[in-house]
Formats: sequence, structure tokens, C-alpha cells
Amino acid sequence: MKREIWKGSEAIAEAAIRAGCRCFFGYPITPQNEIPEYMSYHMPQSGGVFVQAESELAAVNMVYGAAASGVRAMTSSSSPGVSLKQEGISYLAACQLPAVVVNVMRGGPGLGSIQPAQGDYFQATRGGGNGDYRTVVLAPANIQEAVDLTQEAFDIADQYRNPVVVLADGLIGQMMEPIVWKERTPRQLPEKTWAACGRGDRDHNNFITSLLIDAPSCEAHNLELNKKVLEMEKNECRWEEILMDDAELVFVAYGTPSRVAQTAAENLRKQGIKAGVFRPITVWPYPYARLKEIAGLDRVKVFLTVEMSLGQMLDDVNLAVGERKPVKFYGRCGGKIPGVSEVERAALEAWKEVK
Amino acid sequence: MTVMERFPHRLTLVTGHYGTGKTEFSVNLALALAEEGARVALADLDIVNPYFRSRERRELLEAAGVRLVATSQALADADVPALPAELHAVLEDRSVRGVLDIGGDPSGARVLARYRPRILKEDYQLLYVVNAARPEVRTAESSAEYLRAIEAVTGLQCTGLVNNTHLCGETGPEDVREGAALAAEVSRMTGVPVVCHAAEARFREALADLDPFPMELRMRKPWEE
Repeated sequence: MKREIWKGSEAIAEAAIRAGCRCFFGYPITPQNEIPEYMSYHMPQSGGVFVQAESELAAVNMVYGAAASGVRAMTSSSSPGVSLKQEGISYLAACQLPAVVVNVMRGGPGLGSIQPAQGDYFQATRGGGNGDYRTVVLAPANIQEAVDLTQEAFDIADQYRNPVVVLADGLIGQMMEPIVWKERTPRQLPEKTWAACGRGDRDHNNFITSLLIDAPSCEAHNLELNKKVLEMEKNECRWEEILMDDAELVFVAYGTPSRVAQTAAENLRKQGIKAGVFRPITVWPYPYARLKEIAGLDRVKVFLTVEMSLGQMLDDVNLAVGERKPVKFYGRCGGKIPGVSEVERAALEAWKEVK
Repeated sequence: MTVMERFPHRLTLVTGHYGTGKTEFSVNLALALAEEGARVALADLDIVNPYFRSRERRELLEAAGVRLVATSQALADADVPALPAELHAVLEDRSVRGVLDIGGDPSGARVLARYRPRILKEDYQLLYVVNAARPEVRTAESSAEYLRAIEAVTGLQCTGLVNNTHLCGETGPEDVREGAALAAEVSRMTGVPVVCHAAEARFREALADLDPFPMELRMRKPWEE
């Protein structure tokens, strides 16, 4: 297969088009501007629709409309812009509408900086908007994976009739790497009999709303939604284990920090410390069970969580590891990327305490 | 051939589609000229990209004696379209070799239009970087189209093509050869000569017939430290 070099953001856009996305609505914000820019040119060529909305809120509600009619639809933004979209994501989840939302994270809180960060972890993994719902959150660590996961995101969204978030940090959005466009086997998906795309021969109207004014109906609806949450937890969890076969010191990191942690682990091994990397690929559902299992291994002495935030995924690592082993933390924030040598130093300190 | 013979003009303006490797080439060229004893200034005029800009290599460049001309430090992490006033010094001081790293695409190249009257008075070359691994410019037609669009917004004629075909750290000599074929075709279509093939120094022997301009990857990712 032919290798090409793609920038993360444009690769995500092209992947969406190849996955059958036919409606893209966006609003510019660094560091993801290449997504709407690429879409503005290529989406019309593929027979789809691109609209630069007047705001992030407008964009996500256009996605709501397109998804309601059964079309594969996507929006993208970066941290402050994704905050603005949370109401729309909650409505999408409430109405059981499949859609893909891409967040290329930058430094926060507020307007923050335009450099890469991971400070939206809590927002992404805990629903983000109001009400009881979750979204599958896919966190690529390289451009090939960004491409593959973006395509699969549309299948996951359709399968569960639920929004899916692609959570990339700014570096994944902006860096370039070689990729190949693989032959993809799409999932077997149910027909969208619920779509509001004209009554046709149906004997009823398809009505899409999130307003359930009487409490018993609203509770029943929530319980229905929760069944999907449990299904997604059961079926969609994924992770990667790097240098983990004999690891005694375990880095836990996703996205860019997992790449830094891998180099650090390789360097530590040269110094005689058996280090490995546990990399969640879905940060919701989180691979608690496997991490718990690893924490129970005798050879594993300590965990070191590395983030481009100040200890958000750390909560999930603690939930999984519990009291079994010590969990340490190293993070940078606001747009700074942890360096290999800093991460190594943090690992050496953690190692000194447990060996 | 020395680097100064290979690039004999006082000002080198590096343009191209984004992601073709303009910054990597510019940083390498500035360092190579400095190594030959030239007084060199590298101007980072990228107002398009938010990351991976030559200003991030300030330490390396300054240690090698290259003067970095870039937006003020306070704006170093921003993507505001502000250009450094210091650039005039590079354009006017004829004792300085200037390498101008221009942002990608016609939108990035637009910054040159402002300096056109001055540039026309100087001994300059406007290079256009060709990369056969970049999907938007992998055909001679699309590559030539970007070249013409860059000429149109800058009001300057492109004087040379640089084949800088790479796949980040995963390049092989065959990729550079594929780029050489593409550059030859773009040259045939546009009449702009191919002035060099840029390739990692480790391919110098494998590509001896192309006499490549040897490069070290300087714009590494954080985990490639």
C-alpha cells in the first residue's frame, strides 16, 4: 500500500469523508483549522455538504439536524469550542442520534493557549453536558490510528445511536506522519428506521425530541439509554500494551504523552529498569479491568501516569489500581509537552521509592 | 560543490504547499551556510502553522551562529499574522545571507507580496518545495498549480524547484527518487529548473547520482529527543 504523509487534522477530515460522512459543520479554532479547511474543499467534491456555521453551538445543532435525518455527520473544534458544543452533545445523546465530534485539545482553562494539551479528559469521559449519558471516547496516539479510529467512530455511533468523541491532543492534530489508507471492513449496522427523513410508506411519524416532561417517562428513557452505556462499556473498550511482557514500572498514558513515555521506557530499559507503557485507546470506556489485573501482578512495582493535564486520567488509574500498587503522577499543562528526560526523571524517582 | 555554490543567491525564499518540508529544509540550509562561514539569518515568516515552526529551533540556530528573525517571544506560541520588523535588516544588509521560511500554500506565501519591491532589488531565488508523499501535491499538475498560485499572490517568479520528498523519519532512497521524477515533470510543465534534491545525509551514497543536499532531521517530535 502506498504511504503518504498527512497532517493529523487533514487526515481526520479525509478519514471522515471515506467513512461516509456527508455533512460537516464547523467553526474555526486553532489547532484544528485544517479539518474545516479540508472539508470546505473536499466535502462538496464527495457529494456532501460543508457549512461554516456562525458559532460552535450552531455547528453542533446542524449536526443534530443532519444526524436526525439519518446522514453521517461530524463537527470538530478545539477545547474552548468543544465546551460550547456540550449542550448539543447532550441533546444528541438524549435523542439517540449518531454523530462524531472531534476535539483537538489545546491549553485551557478558558481560552488558554493554542499549544497541545489534554485538559478536557474529565469533560470528554464523563459526558460533558447535562444528564446521564456517556460517549465512547477514542484517543489516537499517531496519525494512522487517528485515521482508523475516525472511520470506526462513525460505525460505533451508528451501532449504538450515540455520539462518539475523537479526543486528539493538539500535537496529533498538527504533526505529520506517514499513513496508508487501508481496506476497511465496516460493521454490520442496523437500518436507520428511526430517521426523520420523510414519512414515506411508514404508518407513523418519526419524532425526535429530548423533552420528556413526565418524570416516569424520563426515567424510563434514561434507563433505556443506560442499557447502551453498559453495552458500550462491555464491547468498545480497547488499549495497547507496549513493552509490558516483563514490565515492573508501568507508565499509563494516552495520546502524545504515551509516545513520550514509550521513548522513556526504552531508555529506562537501557539502564536496567524494566519499564512498559499501558496505553488506553478508549478513555471511555476505560480499560479498568485489564489495568486492575496488571496491578495484581507480583512483578509490577509501581505505576506512573503521564498526562498533558494536572491529574485527570489519574483518577481512573487510581480507580483501577486501588491500593494494590503505588500510583505516581507526572504532568505538564497549558500547552507544554512533557519531555522524555523529564518523564525519565519522574520514573527514576518513583522507582527509587519502591525498589 | 559547496553549499554557497549550490545556493549562490543572497536571499533564499522557501515556499511550497504546507507539509512539504519547507521548515526542515530552511533550517538545514541556514545551518549549512553558517558552517561554511557565511553570516546567516533565518527568518521564520510562517503565519499559517501553529506548531513545528523554525522559531522552535532558536537555541540550535543561535548556537550555530545563525540569527533567527521571528515574531517576538511573547507571540512565539501564537498564530497571529504578525511579521517581525527585523526582517528589513535581512532584506537590506547585503553582507547577510538570508533564508526566508515562508508559511505553506498561497495563503502563507502572501506575506512576501508586502516585501516584493525590496526583494526585486536584491539577488534572490524563490524556491518551491516539491514532495511526492504529500497527497495534495503528488501529481505534477497539482504541484504546478500550487506553484503558479504562489507566484500569483507574491508577484514573484519562482526560480527553482527543491525536491524534498520525505516520509518524516521513515523515508527511503526510493521515495526521494520518486520525488525526483515528480520534480522533473513539474519542471517540464513550468520551465522552472530543479535546483536540488534534499535528502537525509544517510542516503548520500544511495543517491550519489542525484548529488543530494544532505540534511539532518531537526524538526523532531518531542519523543524523538
